[in-house]
Amino acid sequence: MTKQQANWSPYDNNGGSCVAIAGADYCVIAADTRMSTGYNILTREYSKICKLADKCVMASSGFQADVKALQKQLAARHLIYQHQHNKQMNCPAMAQLLSNTLYYKRFFPYYSFNVLGGLDNEGKGCVFTYDAVGSYEKVGYSSQGSGSTLIMPFLDNQLKSPSPLLLPVQDAVTPLVEAEAVNLVKTVFASASERDIYTGDKLEIVVVTADGIRREYMELRKD
Amino acid sequence: MFRNQYDTDVTTWSPAGRLFQVEYAMEAVKQGSAAIGLRSKTHIVLGCVNKANSELSSHQKKIFKVDDHIGVAIAGLTADGRVLSRYMRNECINYSFTYESPLPVGRLVVQLADKAQVCTQRSWKRPYGVGLLVAGLDESGAHLYYNCPSGNYFEYQAFAIGSRSQAAKTYLERRFENFADSSWDDLVKDALMAIRETLQGETLKSSICTVAVVGVGEPFHILDQETVQQMIDAFEVVGEQEGSAAEPDAAAGQEAAAEQGAAAADQGGSTDECVAPMDI
Repeated sequence: MTKQQANWSPYDNNGGSCVAIAGADYCVIAADTRMSTGYNILTREYSKICKLADKCVMASSGFQADVKALQKQLAARHLIYQHQHNKQMNCPAMAQLLSNTLYYKRFFPYYSFNVLGGLDNEGKGCVFTYDAVGSYEKVGYSSQGSGSTLIMPFLDNQLKSPSPLLLPVQDAVTPLVEAEAVNLVKTVFASASERDIYTGDKLEIVVVTADGIRREYMELRKD
Repeated sequence: MFRNQYDTDVTTWSPAGRLFQVEYAMEAVKQGSAAIGLRSKTHIVLGCVNKANSELSSHQKKIFKVDDHIGVAIAGLTADGRVLSRYMRNECINYSFTYESPLPVGRLVVQLADKAQVCTQRSWKRPYGVGLLVAGLDESGAHLYYNCPSGNYFEYQAFAIGSRSQAAKTYLERRFENFADSSWDDLVKDALMAIRETLQGETLKSSICTVAVVGVGEPFHILDQETVQQMIDAFEVVGEQEGSAAEPDAAAGQEAAAEQGAAAADQGGSTDECVAPMDI
C-alpha cells in the first residue's frame, strides 16, 4: 500500500527576480515586473516591490498570493506599532518583524523570497536577505528569485565586499555612488533577462534616500 | 439614601427600573475634564481641555487617532478610554485587512456600544467609566457620535462632555445651525471658543487644550501647538466684537470689558470645582 499523495499543491511559483544594493546614504531595490505560471505569462506589469515604512522597502519573488498576504500582515503590524510608539518602524526593526512573521508559519511557509532594503537610523543604506522561513542576514547587497543564480555571482564580482568574519569589521555597503549602483542594477537585469525565461518585461527600480523614495522603470526583453 | 440599596451590583435593578451602577459610570464621565466635538458637512473637529495633575507632570492624552478617517476624544477614566481606543484601532485594522477599505464609522460605534452593553449585564464586570466622542468620515459623510458607558450612542452635529460641558453645550446650541457649511477655520475657531466656555474665565492657551481635525482629503491629525495658538490669537483680537455678535441675547448687548466676563455672565457659571480624583 503506497502512501497517499496530494493531487494538488497549495503553492505556485510566479517567477521573477529581485535585487537590493546598499550604499553609504542610499539603498537601491529592484525587481522585474513579469508574473508567470509554468510556461505562461500572467501579466507583464506586476509590482513585486512594497513600501513597508517611510525608509523601508521590500521586494519579494515566489508565490505572489503569499507575498501579498505577507505584505498585508506587515502593513497591519506596522500600523499597530505606529499607534503604540508614535513613529514609523526603522529598517532593522522591520527586518526582525519580517523574520518573525515568516517563522511564525514555519510549518506552512509563505512561499516568498524576500529582500528588504532601506536606511537605518543613521541614514546608511542597509539590505537584509531572507529565506522562506525567516532566516535573515544583514548584507551589502543581495538577489532572490528565479534569476538570482545568474545575478548573484555578478554582484559578487562587482561589489566584492570583504568577509564579515574578518577583523577589523569592514563596512558591507558599497562605495559606489547612487547613479553607479542604479546602472549596475540595470545591467544585471538586462543580463538575467537573456537567460532566465521568468525574468523580463520591465524593471522597476526604487531608490531610498534621505530625501524620500524615488521610482524608476526600464524596459526589458519581452520574450 | 434610598438608592444605596440597589447600587451594589450592576446586575441589580432598582424598583424604579434603573441600573445605578451604570448611572454612576455616567457620573464618572461628567467628572472628567471637558471634551467637545463639532462637525460640518466635510470636517469634524474634536477638542479637549488638558489638565495635568501638577506642574511637574505631563497632561493626560484624551484624543486618540483610531485610523486615518476616525479619531476619538474621551472624558472620564482615561485608562478605560485608552483600552477602548486600542480596541477601536484593532477593529479598524482588521476590517481594512479583510475588506481593503476603511471601517464605516457607524459600524464602529455600534461595536463599541455593544461592548459597553456587555459590561452592564455581567456580574463580574463593571461598566466602562468613559464617554467617547467618535469623529469619523466615511462614504456617507462626516459623523460625530457620542458613546455612553450605558451602551447607548447618539449622533450629533455638535456635543460636549465632561465637567463644565454645559457651558460649551450652550455655546454650541446657539451656533450649531451654521456649522454644516462652516469653513475649516471657522469650525476650529468655534471649537476653541466652545473649549473656552468650559474654562470659566481662565485664559485660553494652546498649552491647556488639544484640537484635532479629520475631514475630506485630510486624515485625522492633532493640530500642533503653534497652529492652535495662532488661531487663538486671531480670534482673541476680534474677541470683543465676536463676543457680542455671537450672543443674540440682549443681556450681553454691551461690550463687556473682557469677552470672558460676558461669557461667564451668560452661562450663569457654576462654582469652580476642583479636578476629580481620577484625573481625566
